[in-house]
Amino acid sequence: MEKKELSEQPINRQTVVQRLRSYRRSPLSLLLLILVSLSALLTLLTLLFLIAYILVKGVPYLTPSLFAWEYNSENVSLMPALINTVVMTGLALVIAGPLGIFAAIYLVEYAKRGNRLVKIVRVTAETLSGIPSIVYGLFGFLLFAVTLGWSYTILGGALTLAIMILPLIMRTTEEALKSVPDSYREGSFGLGAGRLRTVFRIVLPSAVPGILAGIILAVGRIVGETAALMYTAGTVAGIPDSVMNSGRTLAVHMYVLTNEGLYVNQSYATAVVLLVIVVCINALSGFIARKVASKSQ
Amino acid sequence: MRNVKEKGMHLVFLISACASILAVVIICLFLFANGIPAIGKIGALDFLLGQKWKPGNDIYGILPMILGSIYVTAGAIVVGVPIGILTAVFLSKFCPRNIYRFVKPAIDLLAGIPSVVYGFFGMVVIVPVMSQLFGGSGKSMATASVLLGIMILPTIIGVSESAINAVPSSYYEGALALGASHERSVFFATLPAAKSGILAGVILGVGRAIGETMAVIMVAGNQARMPKGLFEGVRTMTANIVLEMGYATDLHREALIATAVVLFVFILLINLSFSILSRKAEA
Repeated sequence: MEKKELSEQPINRQTVVQRLRSYRRSPLSLLLLILVSLSALLTLLTLLFLIAYILVKGVPYLTPSLFAWEYNSENVSLMPALINTVVMTGLALVIAGPLGIFAAIYLVEYAKRGNRLVKIVRVTAETLSGIPSIVYGLFGFLLFAVTLGWSYTILGGALTLAIMILPLIMRTTEEALKSVPDSYREGSFGLGAGRLRTVFRIVLPSAVPGILAGIILAVGRIVGETAALMYTAGTVAGIPDSVMNSGRTLAVHMYVLTNEGLYVNQSYATAVVLLVIVVCINALSGFIARKVASKSQ
Repeated sequence: MRNVKEKGMHLVFLISACASILAVVIICLFLFANGIPAIGKIGALDFLLGQKWKPGNDIYGILPMILGSIYVTAGAIVVGVPIGILTAVFLSKFCPRNIYRFVKPAIDLLAGIPSVVYGFFGMVVIVPVMSQLFGGSGKSMATASVLLGIMILPTIIGVSESAINAVPSSYYEGALALGASHERSVFFATLPAAKSGILAGVILGVGRAIGETMAVIMVAGNQARMPKGLFEGVRTMTANIVLEMGYATDLHREALIATAVVLFVFILLINLSFSILSRKAEA
């Protein structure tokens, strides 16, 4: 009977009883296990509590009037802010997307190994990604609103954000390009294609999912940004006539609402909308990243 | 013709690559050109070490804000770093596969939540709790530290986890073979080997915390005076800029830009130590 039990148990596994016995011998191990599990639990519970709290408080106030076209002091509709967010995201991506992708193409496909310029570009991109958003905001304010005399404009905000997300797009595109096997390029060169054709016909199409995941992350940053926009795009609540007018995005809208303190319930509802957008963005980028990973295996 | 196109696009790619260099250069140029003269006018020592910020009387000393930023960031480290590193250890060495599939996206989500939402959460949840526990308005250094501690968690967890994963498994196996338990092997063989990577993560977290603006404004109280205690209000450098930029003119505005210059220099130093450390971790 006992012999059978031994043979059934794989030699590299411990039963729960054996494990508990080993913890009695070494209480420190048990303590470490408890600490580690508690920390992870605490992190998760914080996230769950934050989301649950905002959902519970905010969802009842997601009324149709909150999505009305007009913003006024009786009905603090978030629709104009939502539209501004979409416009802002589109503009920033149109500017930073090609720039970041082209820069990454240069770094991966064109630059020779040990190129001095590549090192400088890397260092500056690292620097850019560490600069706090308020410093971007102040810079955008000085350049676009003051020096160029635009005052607060959507375009100024979008340009500021474009600089902010440039390093993110550059880095993710670089990773995506690097993960394309060299045999693809060699095959293309072997068939007589030039470098340019190889890049656009062979390398870029296979790197699209990776690049897309990076762009989605950038969208997430734009949607959540406040400090960089307060003094570049301003806080006007309506839908502007053109990109040369001021307009607030959803995150700025939420900050202003909270700051005024008159519409707490609407702040909750706005937070719900922001959270939903962020969750969708994260899910989408995770989905694409998983697809990339499963394809490369 | 084809050659022209190749050369032309090569040039386009090259110029795009230089965009980030250009961006850094003009950001530095604008900040320094607008900020340094103000420091000169106020006097570098009076500006950096002055204990009073009274724009109405043309007194611009940002020591309260510098200290505010440093204290709040230190508090965030005390709150966030132990939990972050332990969670990273859990994810890397203790987490069953089927749980990991849910936990990892959750941590990513924590990183994606906008800072206004964090700030709002802090305002409606943490501030009242702090006010009940320790008295006062609840908007204090401690509140800001707790909130920032939560906000830097995903950064620290992400970098630490990959640092721990990068340690060769032979370290862990060697410890196990010497009779150490799973926990002891992880904590006393693997973790020390991941030291510089984890430190890089902490520094990145410090950069996040010191640069965070909106969330801090909403919970820190923002009194422009020397920090008085853990449960009193403070104003950080970032908060100072956002709160007063809207109406500031002349020297006041320049003093605010100079505040940003000081913040920028802080961040550059932090970035420098981060890249040195992560290079050390790679080597």
